Amino acid sequence: MSAVAAQYDALQKMGVEVLSVSVDSHFVHKMWNDNELSKMVDGGVRFHMVSDQAGNVGRAYGVWDETQGIEMRGRFIIDPDGVIQAMEVMTPPVGRKLAETVRQFQAFQHIRATGGKEATPAGWEPGKATLKPGPDLVGKVWEVWNPSME
Amino acid sequence: MEEEPVGCARVTGSVTDAPAPQTPSQTESTAKHEGMRMTARVGQKAPDFSAPAYYRGGFTSVKMSDYLGKWVMLCFYPGDFTFV
Repeated sequence: MSAVAAQYDALQKMGVEVLSVSVDSHFVHKMWNDNELSKMVDGGVRFHMVSDQAGNVGRAYGVWDETQGIEMRGRFIIDPDGVIQAMEVMTPPVGRKLAETVRQFQAFQHIRATGGKEATPAGWEPGKATLKPGPDLVGKVWEVWNPSME
Repeated sequence: MEEEPVGCARVTGSVTDAPAPQTPSQTESTAKHEGMRMTARVGQKAPDFSAPAYYRGGFTSVKMSDYLGKWVMLCFYPGDFTFV
């Protein structure tokens, strides 16, 4: 979570709020922030660290691991309408890559700003060409995009 | 931010649309209720929940539906003091 905490200002600038959730109590969250995370990130964690000791929230999001009594690494992008636009769930030993989450936020925000008239091809990043789905594009994607542009 | 009274009960989150727990205590688990087994899917509404939280030196609570109108990155992780 320290990687997210370090980029919190950048996420806020994009209009993204962060919530982290684990089965630890909010008391333990405080200890983790005070004794470790604040040493890794200036100012420590500035978003809400949610406590879900019984796993109720994790179950609702499909990330609860019954056998270990923990929550898997689940990352959800939720839009201003409260709709889940993206999710990624990983087993514990592999950490996330925040840059990819940021890219996805940028893409979903772009799509929303265009009212859904555009789509972002594979590997899209801000500044790159988008696709405008419609009758004229059917069978013609090859004219405007190819995998080397990813 | 409203400071929540800090009790000694084991605290947990609860899913908002789930049936009310049988005990009146807000800190009891509601995990046994089958009705709350919603599973999140892309393109669907994010399940609403409320849960206690640590926030900038204080204890408070969070309700997912309070974030309507904002983009939210909701991150679950295995546990505090783990290595990744």
